[in-house]
Amino acid sequence: MTAPLLEVNNVTMRFGGIVANRNVNFCVEKGKITALIGPNGAGKTTMFNCITGFYRASEGNILLHGEDGTQDIGGLITRPITGGSHLATRAGIARTFQNIRLFREMSVVENLLVAQHRQTANNLLSGVFSTPTYRRAEREAVDRAYYWLERMHLAGDANRLAGELPYGRQRRLEIARAMCTSPKLICLDEPAAGLNPAETRELSEVLQILRADHDLTVLVIEHDMGLVMRISNHIVVLDHGEVISDGTPEHVANDPAVIAAYLGVSEEEVQ
Amino acid sequence: MDFYILAQQLINGITLGTIYGLIAVGYTMVYGVIRMINFAHGDVYMVSAYVAAIVLAVISFFGIQSVPFALISILIITCFVTAVYGWAIERVAYRPLRGSTKLAPLISAIGISLMLQSYVQIAQGARDQGVPILIQGALRFGGEEHFAQITYMQAIILIASLVAMGILTYVINHTRIGRQCRATQQNRQISAVLGVDTDRIISTVFVIGASTAAVGGTLVTFNYGSFNFFIGFVMGIKAFTAAVLGGIGSLPGAVLGGILLGLTEALFAGYVSTDYKDVFAFGLLIVLLFFRPYGLLGRPEIQKV
Repeated sequence: MTAPLLEVNNVTMRFGGIVANRNVNFCVEKGKITALIGPNGAGKTTMFNCITGFYRASEGNILLHGEDGTQDIGGLITRPITGGSHLATRAGIARTFQNIRLFREMSVVENLLVAQHRQTANNLLSGVFSTPTYRRAEREAVDRAYYWLERMHLAGDANRLAGELPYGRQRRLEIARAMCTSPKLICLDEPAAGLNPAETRELSEVLQILRADHDLTVLVIEHDMGLVMRISNHIVVLDHGEVISDGTPEHVANDPAVIAAYLGVSEEEVQ
Repeated sequence: MDFYILAQQLINGITLGTIYGLIAVGYTMVYGVIRMINFAHGDVYMVSAYVAAIVLAVISFFGIQSVPFALISILIITCFVTAVYGWAIERVAYRPLRGSTKLAPLISAIGISLMLQSYVQIAQGARDQGVPILIQGALRFGGEEHFAQITYMQAIILIASLVAMGILTYVINHTRIGRQCRATQQNRQISAVLGVDTDRIISTVFVIGASTAAVGGTLVTFNYGSFNFFIGFVMGIKAFTAAVLGGIGSLPGAVLGGILLGLTEALFAGYVSTDYKDVFAFGLLIVLLFFRPYGLLGRPEIQKV
């Protein structure tokens, strides 16, 4: 067993009186594909929002173990003065959304350039005077953007408006954009939603390539069980905000608690 | 003959309009990123007029005679000082309220507006202040009796505004920070998820808005030669109107709205009545908004889910 990249410890998330997640514990192993599954309303996206720094978990902590030490995501976003969601991204966590959220009125390549935060000379004056450092950083950013466009087979669309692309390509662009933040961990929220079977197959290939060639760890929420079983190394099942099963695809597929949650068997029958 | 009157009113209107446009930029950009009307913006403009006068006094104290040098250094220093004001106002009065209701920063803005007025009134006196007119003379077209003229100061206003707008357009469309501004304007949350420090971008927008207002403030000060602590109010309202007219949130819209408002005022004043020029200009605004509720270049706001 390799070391975990992300550790979720006893996370509880409350919205007023509603408990969206209760005492969630799981690990995401480095270089593996972990799937987060569960029926609708199980709290998967809320969990994602905590991990990616959108929300501060009410209780518990989420730790990202990088080469440069361990960072507490909740601590990053509530850090005084300089804190914010962007720090989770800068720590190495990228994400995509259930409903695609691109900058629709910017070109495809600009979408990728915005995502590149590891840039020097990022201020008003360096841009106006186009300093050498600025130009070098800008060139590198454009190169990286085109690299990902090619990997995602989008190079031909570089100068189109993002909002004009067909749906499947928008999905790929969102992944490309997330990759431009140079993440250690990429969190994909239902990446196959709305894709046709061919596109879904293509997506699973892309995910395998990302993992194999780019040393990336993937955390994915997905309803397409065929896809989940095919690509994941590790599955965590949530139901009513709690983890009900955690293990390999075979283990989870045969776990009576999971079958009950999905098929709606009564409590007594499970025990 | 009539032609010269028309030409003269067009020149006056466009000059006035570019000033409205410069100040409207601050309204429109701030609205774009945080969906808030910065009511203190007009007073930031007023502060810049005072700063320009003080810088002029300091420069003449050092015995600098060259007018172009004086004007350029006044512009740069005023921009810088006013930008600090803009930055500080956002930091102190708006950012702490960002997670709050929509109304809270609005009230805070009104508070800042009153505070700046009182502060300048106490520190600088309530009387009108004056600066010497640095540049006199005009370029004349036409004969002895009938002519149109563009004063050198008006020409400078047009050129300086054009340069300022040019720089701004370049920054927004072609630099990284401009790209981040546009991204933040489209969706602040997603920009943050991509690693953009949106708080910093919002500060930058305030700095840009305050410096363009300072360009306007400096130019107006040296054009008219007099100002007081209350000039920010009317100018602020008109620039805001220009921003709404052009479509709030749109940068070219702010300039277009400004010029349109300036032209309407000047033409009405020239041909009909000076007293009713504001009534007419704002009446026109109402009619226009009736047919184009989002302004000339604005787009309907898409409800985000």
